[in-house]
Amino acid sequence: MTHLDGPGSGATDPIDPARTPVLSLRGALKTFGPVVALADGTVELRAGEIHALVGENGAGKSTLVKILAGVHQPDAGEFVVAGEPVSFRTVADSKAAGISVIYQEPTLFPDLSVAENIFIGRQPTGRFGLISRVEMRRRAEELFDQLGVPIDPDRVAEGLSIADQQIIEIAKAISLDARILVMDEPTAALSGIEVERLFAVARRLRDAGSGILFISHRFDEVFGLCDRITVMRDGAYIATHETAATSVEAIVREMVGRDIDALFPKTETEAGDVVLRVSGLTRPGVFHDIDFEVRAGEIVALSGLVGAGRTEVARAVFGIDRYESGTVEMSGEALRRKDPRAAIDAGIGFVPEDRRKQGLVMELSVERNAALTLRHSLARFGLISRKAEREAAETWGRRLQVKSGSPEHAVSTLSGGNQQKVVLAKWLATDPKLLIIDEPTRGIDVGTKSEVHRLISELAGRGIAILMISSELPEVLGMADRVLVMREGRITGRLDRSEATSETIMHAATASLESSR
Amino acid sequence: MSLDSRSAAPVQPAAHPKPSPLGSFLKLRELPVILALVVLVAVTAAVNPLFLSQQGIKDLLLNATILMILAVGQTLVIITRNIDLSVGSILGLVAFGTGSVFVAAPELPIILVFLIGIAFGAVLGAVNGLLITIAKVPALVITLGTLYIFRGINNAWAGGTQYFAGERPDAFGNLSVDTVLGFPVITLIAVVVVAVVAVYMLGTRPGRDLYAIGSEPEAAKLFGIPVARRVLLAFVVNGALAGLAGILYASRFNSVGATTGTGLELDVVAAAVVGGVAIFGGSGTVVGAAIGALLLTTITSALTALRVDKFWQQAIVGILILAAVVIDRLAGARAARKLRIAEARNV
Repeated sequence: MTHLDGPGSGATDPIDPARTPVLSLRGALKTFGPVVALADGTVELRAGEIHALVGENGAGKSTLVKILAGVHQPDAGEFVVAGEPVSFRTVADSKAAGISVIYQEPTLFPDLSVAENIFIGRQPTGRFGLISRVEMRRRAEELFDQLGVPIDPDRVAEGLSIADQQIIEIAKAISLDARILVMDEPTAALSGIEVERLFAVARRLRDAGSGILFISHRFDEVFGLCDRITVMRDGAYIATHETAATSVEAIVREMVGRDIDALFPKTETEAGDVVLRVSGLTRPGVFHDIDFEVRAGEIVALSGLVGAGRTEVARAVFGIDRYESGTVEMSGEALRRKDPRAAIDAGIGFVPEDRRKQGLVMELSVERNAALTLRHSLARFGLISRKAEREAAETWGRRLQVKSGSPEHAVSTLSGGNQQKVVLAKWLATDPKLLIIDEPTRGIDVGTKSEVHRLISELAGRGIAILMISSELPEVLGMADRVLVMREGRITGRLDRSEATSETIMHAATASLESSR
Repeated sequence: MSLDSRSAAPVQPAAHPKPSPLGSFLKLRELPVILALVVLVAVTAAVNPLFLSQQGIKDLLLNATILMILAVGQTLVIITRNIDLSVGSILGLVAFGTGSVFVAAPELPIILVFLIGIAFGAVLGAVNGLLITIAKVPALVITLGTLYIFRGINNAWAGGTQYFAGERPDAFGNLSVDTVLGFPVITLIAVVVVAVVAVYMLGTRPGRDLYAIGSEPEAAKLFGIPVARRVLLAFVVNGALAGLAGILYASRFNSVGATTGTGLELDVVAAAVVGGVAIFGGSGTVVGAAIGALLLTTITSALTALRVDKFWQQAIVGILILAAVVIDRLAGARAARKLRIAEARNV
């Protein structure tokens, strides 16, 4: 991995199947309490190949990556690196074995300089055994020259773009002489040119003999870059294919591969009047010309890759974020920009993606959380009546079948699925006309998932308009009456329930730039 | 291929000139506190020339010494996103211990007394560090507890007893009287401490690890930095330095007893914050903290020299702390704005 400046061959060499893999993980099991995060983690990585790991969100890819990184210890399974059985107890063990992991969210130290971020823990030393900043800076510059990027090594990491942060992570991996590089969705936040640059680096590393495990949702990237593809589903290994011998359709089928209708109890409803109408919504650099409407009783899914701008649109509609131009109308009345209070008064409820950060006050009790949005109507003389609070919480908790020991328990003690129900309860108590739900079942185990789905479906049946953001294709296909697909801040696909399939959605969400512009 | 066109244009390779010495000086986090100190001394000296007499300078340095050492230790801890509120109690215990040792064994070599005191402080620091890293309870809570526990032990041990300077060898007391090149000996000890720790923090891997841990604890774990070990180290060193400060306290002041060092911890944290140490860790230097300590003690002397009411002295210290935080925020906001403008060019 040191000789980066050799000519990149670009072409994929025929893989020699006799070659021993540099890394092989078989049947890895990882559970967190009752939740099985990984049932059968299996992947085999050879030297000199780029190997894609694909699967829906929640298929267990990230857990597998964390096992490779030494963050999680598998409960069972066989793990061999360079012919030696290993069991990593710490991240340092994994590093020592030559594994470098680049996470989806780069993990830099914002207060330290770029050069120091690369070399922390193994800074070059000079006189008296002290760190030589000159040498550290020189080596960092050398790495950036190899990578062909202009980043100032003396600058602090705080405020770097995601792309530059990724580059720094890669520079770190190169300087570590890692034989195995794991990239967990490195391109999710990169622009086209940045992605090309990253791929050029990846190919050079491969040609120099490294094994690269590449996790991505974008099929054009997977097929353009990778030599082999391993598919995971529901925490288990499905199959490994030579890229040349398979197709996008075949891979998608293996990724989705289940009877969607059975899992998603969709009740058919007649769409009523238009509740929400968004037209020409634009925030430069984030989303452009967003037009759509949601009718009463209708579930509209906003689909697309993570980072396509879906959450940003939802936040703008709800008035949390600002937008430059365009209008948001509720039942014909235009909403003021950047005014969540007005949005709530107009009958919008917003269930955010990150329950812990935005939807719930984890330390407060279930009843308090459930009544949080109701404070105005529950208050008498400016004081909130505990009794009214409890009654409101109980009504909705019962309807949603929240399983908690007592309404007085802190929300943090509930399971993910039940937390989500509390968030739903919180908004349902305000009797909304429109409910925006961002990733309704993220981090929720499969059993509770279908309960949440049943709930959403029932709400629509009662005439509430639902705008659902989801990265999980089966959820979108199973729940939505209509699907809007976003890519790079634009709506690139509008599909009716009858037209929506994994293939049509994935195509609209990932089609390469050339074909769309 | 991503959602926005933020950096869609090819990035122009930019040269990164090495920062000029003046440029780096202007970017120093310690600059505001240095300026404040210079202005304060200049103004006071202009009004009251005695302020900068030889004796005046010596008094300023003597007053700052103990706080300086404590601020250096506290900085190590704060940089890791922790805090140690028990330093006043550690200082008290060690100071009283030093008095007891001299009474029990007047012939003991002074250097040995120093080593005993420092080791005692280090043990107390290790108690803090172990509780925090093993029990994973926030340092604020743990050290608030040990603040009272250590003080309680001190009370039980000392009772009404006080040891006075006369019960200690003259050579020991003279450390706070004798000067070398105009500097009191104990101040020189503090300067050496600041220098050694500053080099450690700037030039060694474990020192840099402390910054990394405070800057982003999660990333430090993912990166394989031995977080618990480093945090423990910071608390042990801080305890040892509080021990050293306790010994010097016994040298400098007439009496040590059950209440010695009470309330010092807040002065120490204030000195670090005024000196540019970020209270949430990750940035700041021990030199800054030491200058912060010098500034805080100098203000007290300066305001006395300027005949300002005692009440105002405390209020002014408070204003300084707020100013330090505001300046830090403003500098951060300015840097962020610069960056946004730089990025906007690529849109």
